[in-house]
Amino acid sequence: MSTLDLARWQFAFTSINHFLFVPITIGLAFLTALLQTAWYRGRRPEYLRLTRFFGTLLVINVAIGVVTGLVQEFEFGMNWSNYSRLVGNIFGAPLAMEGLAAFFLESTFLGLWLFGWDKLSRRVHLLTIWLVAVGSALSAAFIMAANSWMQHPVGYVLNSRHQPQLNDIWAVLTNPVFVWGYAKVLFASLVTGAAVMLAVSAWQLRRGGNRDVFTRSARLALIVLVPALLFAMLVGDELGVIEAKYQPMKIAAAEAQWTTCQPCSFSLIQIGGGNDDQTPTQILAIPHLLSLLATNHWDGKVVGLDPLQSQYSKKYGPGYYVPNVFIQYWSMRVMAYTGVLSFLIALWGLWLIRRRKLATSRVFLWTATWAVTLPFLMNTAGWLLTESGRQPWIVQGLQLTRNGVSPSVSTTDVVISLVAFVLLYGILGTVDLILMLRYSRKELAPAVAGDEKDEPVPAMLY
Amino acid sequence: MPLVAFWFIVITVLWTGFLVLEGFDFGVGMLHGVVGRDEAGRRAAINTIGPLWDGNEVWLIVAGAAIFAAFPGWYATMFSGFYLALVLLLMALIVRGVSFEYRGKGLSQRWRSSWSIVLAIGSLLAPLLIGVALGDLLHGLPINSHQEYTGSFWTLLQPYGVYAGITFLAVCLLHGATFLTLKTTGELRARAGRLARRMAPATALIVIGFVAWTHVIAGKGALWNPIELAVALAVLAAAWLVLAHQEGWAFAITTITMAGCVIAIFTDLYPRVMVSSTSPAFSLTVRNTASGDYTLKVMTVVAIILLPFVLLYQGWTYHVFRRRVSASDFAPAPPAPRMADGTIPEAAAAPVPAGRASAGGRPASRPPAPPGPRKPPRRGWWQRRGGHGPRG
Repeated sequence: MSTLDLARWQFAFTSINHFLFVPITIGLAFLTALLQTAWYRGRRPEYLRLTRFFGTLLVINVAIGVVTGLVQEFEFGMNWSNYSRLVGNIFGAPLAMEGLAAFFLESTFLGLWLFGWDKLSRRVHLLTIWLVAVGSALSAAFIMAANSWMQHPVGYVLNSRHQPQLNDIWAVLTNPVFVWGYAKVLFASLVTGAAVMLAVSAWQLRRGGNRDVFTRSARLALIVLVPALLFAMLVGDELGVIEAKYQPMKIAAAEAQWTTCQPCSFSLIQIGGGNDDQTPTQILAIPHLLSLLATNHWDGKVVGLDPLQSQYSKKYGPGYYVPNVFIQYWSMRVMAYTGVLSFLIALWGLWLIRRRKLATSRVFLWTATWAVTLPFLMNTAGWLLTESGRQPWIVQGLQLTRNGVSPSVSTTDVVISLVAFVLLYGILGTVDLILMLRYSRKELAPAVAGDEKDEPVPAMLY
Repeated sequence: MPLVAFWFIVITVLWTGFLVLEGFDFGVGMLHGVVGRDEAGRRAAINTIGPLWDGNEVWLIVAGAAIFAAFPGWYATMFSGFYLALVLLLMALIVRGVSFEYRGKGLSQRWRSSWSIVLAIGSLLAPLLIGVALGDLLHGLPINSHQEYTGSFWTLLQPYGVYAGITFLAVCLLHGATFLTLKTTGELRARAGRLARRMAPATALIVIGFVAWTHVIAGKGALWNPIELAVALAVLAAAWLVLAHQEGWAFAITTITMAGCVIAIFTDLYPRVMVSSTSPAFSLTVRNTASGDYTLKVMTVVAIILLPFVLLYQGWTYHVFRRRVSASDFAPAPPAPRMADGTIPEAAAAPVPAGRASAGGRPASRPPAPPGPRKPPRRGWWQRRGGHGPRG
């Protein structure tokens, strides 16, 4: 394997792992803030107990999300120095803003929230968890702005040496790929956080945990989950249309559509397929659905991979511009199917709430516990679709991935770092999972009895 | 002032802020096992930085991102050139970061002492590696005309760089010890003070050596950079104040010492950002690595608006957590089921299997039970109220 391949493997490995923890953080931060707001307004001790219970799960994840994020920031320079040199003046700006505007906010106020229970007034303490939630959502905004620029570069001019120079930051921050992609990430994070909360509540209800308290959290999770999933799918659809416009290869590859079609049907499942097998066996297809998804029109036209390839070869010179079709096709399916499946499970839960059977339906509680894996599959598949679909470009139309790699880093270096990261992440992921499971299965801590007398609640400590 | 110079200052400020703030975190991380003789003492030591370390570490993230945005060429050369060193640094920072969180989450003594060791090693490696890296910037590394690093991992370990690493490590240790003296009580405070007094003279010698060597390496003539002089004076003052039991002032001056060490390197660097040992003509400078003018303008506006807020709320955090932390806050529990502050542990009230009757709150880790025939019940967060109730 070449240095390029290894560097790509390393970036994919570290970023996929990073994004297992990020959506839990963003989603749970908002949900914890909601729980604490409920406690603040109604003073019901159940909500305090829930706040602290889910707050503990939140901080277990924040720690690992922060440190794996540090790796991401360093890797641009470490493995992709030619890329950093070329586009740092555009790509670096949102990263620096992210640190200044979001990371400081998130981590400083997380410290205040965790350790400030007995030091801050209730109102100020409530504000700190909301600032953590806002900080985490803001950090996703800036990194998405940076990422969207790689998908659809805007707001720059090429200087005399053919280097892109930022000339309109506003264009970068209003990039349609960014606006819709960011909305999608926020909803996906809410889905992930709510799914975790639902699964933990369901497990507790199934194992005889405090029924009154965990029915509340399960209900809150479901009430957030259904609209968040719905919006995630709607936004995802619009994002698909936008990407079809700016990155037609990505969408055509996601459908393994080699020839241009109009109207286009959506393949539900196929056997075979890939860059070397252009005629896979179609099992099931829904007429017109792809046209609808890719163009918002019943009879929309989707240009195939072959015509796009010849068009790109003319525009950018000879080369192979088709992304990995197998990854595109299946990540699209996994994302869509897990999304729909989660949505059905969530609707089932809502129906049970209406029938007042949420806490007693053992089949649902069992399903909801295991359904926690779905959003993680959905998120990972979504990122594979987005990032693998950008290939062979590191910045669409501006730089090829193979030209972005660090010239001074040897293959041995990357082998060492890749092995080190895989081992370390493996250990940390296992520890995180063990702790999450252990704390999810814990008994609820009791509320403080002196609550009504406005006694301070003890801090959470290391 | 040209924008590139302004951004060089901003980056100097960010690195200074990082090493000053995270510096005492590193020190506490290295020393917590030495200062805290038992579990309660160790936890007290860790909790002096508990609410702060995460916010402090962001200074590094922002410093890195600021270099990326303002000087992409510098970022690209430095981060790819220091490749394996940075992998090691990331490992250190990762294991250290999670060890805070995970250490207290396990129940066994072995779990906690393992994470304590991890915390100490991570806190030791990080300032050492960062110090080597900063020293390398000034000393010079093989960099060719295309701004590419041409050395290997071992080239990074030239004597001045290694010495700079040791200097930063030593200053972090003293800085952390003075911080612990200032933030703990009783025996912890006494032990931290003793440690600081033992380390102060050696640290002063190391730092003065560093200043002299830096002056020679910088090669900017016989006249000393005023910052270099200030660092030498500061470290002497710090040592004297530590020996004179002036806790507050000692910490203030170790802060200045740390800041001075960073600023000395950066002022000696300017206008270069990475010296090339291959040829002075190939050195990276603020000019030949800078972003476009527009980017620098945008970033200037953003930094001027946001940095004051950051300083304000981080300062406020330090104010909120200004109180000293006592080992007795983490001492084993009194045996009564009903606590002095009126809480009723659910474990005592509800029939729950003993193994699962632990708190859902944060520190499930409890101090180990003292040896003896009578085992006091485990103590959860809801029982922890400093100063209330009898102590077992």
